[in-house]
Amino acid sequence: MSTAASVERKPRPRSKIGNASEARAGLILAVPFLLLFALFTLWPVFQSMFMSFTDTRVTDIRTPFSVNFVGFQNYAKALADPVFRRAALNTGVFVVVGVPLTIAAGLAAAVALDKGITRFRGVFRVGFYTPVITSIVAVAVVWRFLLQPDSGLVNTVLGLVGIDGPNWLGDTRTSLLSLIIMATWRNFGTGMIIFLAGLQSVPWNLHEAASLDGASSWQRFWNITLPLLRPTLLFVLVTTTIGYLQFFEEPFVMTQGGPLNSTISASMYTYNQFGFGNYGVAGAMAYMTFLVIVVVTIIQFRLTREK
Amino acid sequence: MARTTSRWWLYAILSVLLLLVMTPFIWMVLGSLKTQGELLKVPPTWIPENPTLDNFARLFQRLPFGQFFRTSVIVAVVVTGANLIFCSMLGYALAHLRFPGKRIVFGAVLGTLMIPGLVTFIPQFVLVVNMGLADTLPALFLPFLAGPFGVFLMRQFFLGTPRDLLEAGRLDGASELGIFFRIFLPLATPAMATLGILTFLGSWNNFLWPLVVSSSEKTYTLPVALALVSTGQNQTDYGLLLAGACVVVLPIVLVFLFFQRYFIEGVASTGIK
Repeated sequence: MSTAASVERKPRPRSKIGNASEARAGLILAVPFLLLFALFTLWPVFQSMFMSFTDTRVTDIRTPFSVNFVGFQNYAKALADPVFRRAALNTGVFVVVGVPLTIAAGLAAAVALDKGITRFRGVFRVGFYTPVITSIVAVAVVWRFLLQPDSGLVNTVLGLVGIDGPNWLGDTRTSLLSLIIMATWRNFGTGMIIFLAGLQSVPWNLHEAASLDGASSWQRFWNITLPLLRPTLLFVLVTTTIGYLQFFEEPFVMTQGGPLNSTISASMYTYNQFGFGNYGVAGAMAYMTFLVIVVVTIIQFRLTREK
Repeated sequence: MARTTSRWWLYAILSVLLLLVMTPFIWMVLGSLKTQGELLKVPPTWIPENPTLDNFARLFQRLPFGQFFRTSVIVAVVVTGANLIFCSMLGYALAHLRFPGKRIVFGAVLGTLMIPGLVTFIPQFVLVVNMGLADTLPALFLPFLAGPFGVFLMRQFFLGTPRDLLEAGRLDGASELGIFFRIFLPLATPAMATLGILTFLGSWNNFLWPLVVSSSEKTYTLPVALALVSTGQNQTDYGLLLAGACVVVLPIVLVFLFFQRYFIEGVASTGIK
């Protein structure tokens, strides 16, 4: 992040022969990656864009270029589709609620582990990070049991304190919320680890001085820690938002987008279009998600830029 | 030292939170040891009344889970090995060498980091089908052999290694490639450990791509197999499903516990899981 500038430093004068062998070595080292990267990443990026402006369907798979141009028709079709609009709305809710929740949980855990305790730090760190490394499919199997309306652990515990728990995944009022909570559980560990690294750069003597001046720990967090964490915060904000805008696996394995499309996401609906064989429409939807990612990222950089 | 003030109530809160966070895993492991009858009990039990490994036995009898396990390992090892080699090579070249097209290469690699996976998904699928590789082992790993994230990580690492080593190697008459392989690559062990673990993890948990390109048992990976079991005729056999979830999760948790220092450092330095 901060090292990009060091590449642009003034090159030292060097002999011509040295330059030629250096360039040759550079190319030799670059070529294996670039061949694979060009074939499996760059080419698909452009083909996908091409597809989004054509009527490509699954039947054109062998002859991907004998298709008709349709201009922005796929984009218009997607935007007019009520299910896609619903999916976009769900994705928006997921981001607007889920991102702050995930960041707040990660930050709280990091601050507590960094300054609050001295022992068993490693145990808490590993424990809080474990959900991040586990397969979503396995997680879904377990969470579906935990969230079962009658015999699930969550509602059993709620029942002990007299609350009649809802049918979490089966009710349109709680289904998206359930997935947001699950995603927060699954992802806050990533933010926590990055915040823990960022907190190392907050000098302790600032805290000590402020403490001597009578600042409470809340004031110190608000006026010292948070401003100094700003770059880290921006980084976590941007990467979490990018991830959540592509929110896909949770509804795919937990609810299949239901009930009544209450949890379908933009990425999941895009995938469904691929499943139906509508490759052109799917390409247009995928590019719209990309566009939203770019715009949201730019806005976040602008809003949090130092004055 | 007065640097940290410990408070007992913070330990209490954190311990409760830890228990909450770990509950799904604890419940998964305990549940996999229960009989179907006990799993259906209301209210649910915590500790298995008659612990049994029967669920695991049935899992491996009914489906070739040993083979799915092997497929997952092969794919993860190939993907990890390829990324370690190719990403460190390009990462070093981008950090220390000048060669034609360097800026374009760096821009292209960095630019694709922000592109959603679904953008490349369909063309990759079309490509693999047209190469005649649908439902084969290579189809599972080919699109992931050269990931832009690895280049970013390795370049960041090599930028922090002293350039003087390069000049010294040249003065000693070492070849350019020799300098990379004999001087810089051995230095990169920590970064490669990080990249290796993160890549292995990503490959092990990868779900959507193998689900789409695999259509028979011979190419199923563990997550795909578990997903198909949990939606197929066995979907109410809870013990079987929980045993399957254990088989998917526990190996990677063990790997994680073993290498967690690198995980944490790697994630902290790059911010991407």
